[in-house]
Amino acid sequence: MLELKGVSFAAGEGNERKEIIKNVDLSVGDGKLVVITGPNGGGKSTLAKLVAGIEKPTSGRIFFGGKDVTDVSVTDRAKSGIAFAFQQPVRFKGLNVLDLIRIAVGEKITAASACEYLSMVGLCARDYINREVNASLSGGELKRIEIATVIARKAKLSVFDEPEAGIDLWSFKNLIEVFKKMRAEIKGGSIIIISHQERILEIADEIIVIKDGEILKQGAKDEIFPTLGAREITLSCKKAENGGEQNA
Amino acid sequence: MPEFDALQMQMLKEVADLHKIPEGAYNIRSNSAPAGRRSTENIEITSKTDVSGLDIRIKSGTKNESVHIPVIMTKSGLKEVVYNDFYVGEGANVLIVAGCGIDNCGGQDSEHDGVHRFFLEKNASVKYVEKHYGSGNGAGKRILNPVTEVYLDEGATMEMEMVQIKGVDDTERRTIAKLKENAKLVVRERLMTHGNQRAASFYEVDLCGDGASADVVSRAVAKDNSFQKFDAKLIGNAACKGHTECDSIIMDNGKILAVPALEANDVNAALVHEAAIGKIAGEQIVKLMTLGLTEAEAEEQIINGFLR
Ligand SMILES: Nc1ncnc2c1ncn2[C@@H]1O[C@H](COP(=O)(O)OP(=O)(O)O)[C@@H](O)[C@H]1O
Ligand SMILES: [Mg+2]
Repeated sequence: MLELKGVSFAAGEGNERKEIIKNVDLSVGDGKLVVITGPNGGGKSTLAKLVAGIEKPTSGRIFFGGKDVTDVSVTDRAKSGIAFAFQQPVRFKGLNVLDLIRIAVGEKITAASACEYLSMVGLCARDYINREVNASLSGGELKRIEIATVIARKAKLSVFDEPEAGIDLWSFKNLIEVFKKMRAEIKGGSIIIISHQERILEIADEIIVIKDGEILKQGAKDEIFPTLGAREITLSCKKAENGGEQNA
Repeated sequence: MPEFDALQMQMLKEVADLHKIPEGAYNIRSNSAPAGRRSTENIEITSKTDVSGLDIRIKSGTKNESVHIPVIMTKSGLKEVVYNDFYVGEGANVLIVAGCGIDNCGGQDSEHDGVHRFFLEKNASVKYVEKHYGSGNGAGKRILNPVTEVYLDEGATMEMEMVQIKGVDDTERRTIAKLKENAKLVVRERLMTHGNQRAASFYEVDLCGDGASADVVSRAVAKDNSFQKFDAKLIGNAACKGHTECDSIIMDNGKILAVPALEANDVNAALVHEAAIGKIAGEQIVKLMTLGLTEAEAEEQIINGFLR
């Protein structure tokens, strides 16, 4: 169970100072799949970073599994079961895909078992397992590797920030199956997906709409989904359907 | 192989990956004295008579054979200069593993200066692996100043992997190469310095024949108060291709100076230099922390990957 109580986050100095997240209350129950959507710039990624501990709230508290983790480091939050797939994955010179998956799993698993995670995200494992996670990978490839490392963590809470970006249609369908399977397999595990994609919204238990740093709507999928106009999901969803890498 | 103590075995493992007597030809030098040698039908190793060092002759057409010539020093205060010449016959294809390990627990400096010259005949192909390693916590320095000269005849290929990750206090490495038509040189250098270490690496590559190519890539990490200099010069005298790259990470008070130089004397010479120096990107550390590593563990993984 993840709970945010009155969480605010401001960044920038002096006149540039801006409230990016404003007094957000939300909770994600065990075993739930929650999709966060809303216009670009609304604060979705910032919220995910607050959950992972990459950013610290200016005020408010964050609880995970009943414990106050507001002041807990990124490392210790990860160890306590929070996994986070970045919207913009990081490139590394030298580290290869197998290294990253092994770090994610936390032990030296064999190349063969690491390959299973790559297959799940539609990458031909043989071709990728020894590839350096550097600029030679396309945005879409990098994105899928990022998702694979988070799947490999089998965490109590997995947060995916716009996983559909840069992923072709075929892999996208697969991805939806992967999310469903994850939910079924990790007992009591919760998933947060930040997305503009209708088909991801459809598999949600709950939907949260964030705009200008505030929660605009929040509730069961069947209640929220029909109220979503083009305005809330807008922009990126067309591109993801087309399968391009425009969003990577 | 003669008897080696545990320390000597450790050094052999570090510099030449030797756990036991190597296959093929070898010569082991320990504390400035010969400690074992084997020539084979195709590879003849003889001692020089005028200076200290070896002549290594590899017959034309030799395929898939190897030569190991590790040097280890475990006594404090030794200083030596060794000249090794490799004559690689036409069309031969061999692996040459050199390397020097110095353990210095004493108060006096230990120094090994190896001068290696490679003469490759037409279409010969050599993979050369050289590792430098220092250990021991004596006040005496561990010093290595290798000089490498590479002469590539038409169509010859030399691939050099040079690694110095730990424990060498002072090093000045000079590599010069001259390439004829269609010859190819590939260099992969990995350097890490820490404490107050100093490392300088100079390259001068002459591309003299049409179709010659050189690719010199250095990856370096300078920690603590250490200093590194990478000075690479490519000279294009024909329709050739040359690329040098210095990619470095600095940490703490480490300093790195990259001095690229390109000289094109032929309108069909295509030469490129790339250099990048900076600290580890913060987002790389954060990403690994979200996978459960501490900041220190994340740094270590990033550095290990970078220097692989
Ligand atoms: N560290 C920061 N400093 C200043 N502005 C920031 C910072 N992080 C995010 N922002 C701004 O906050 C807003 C929300 O960003 P983000 O969370 O990435 O939105 P979303 O993911 O919903 O598109 C944007 O206007 C962005 O430019
Ligand atoms: Mg975002």
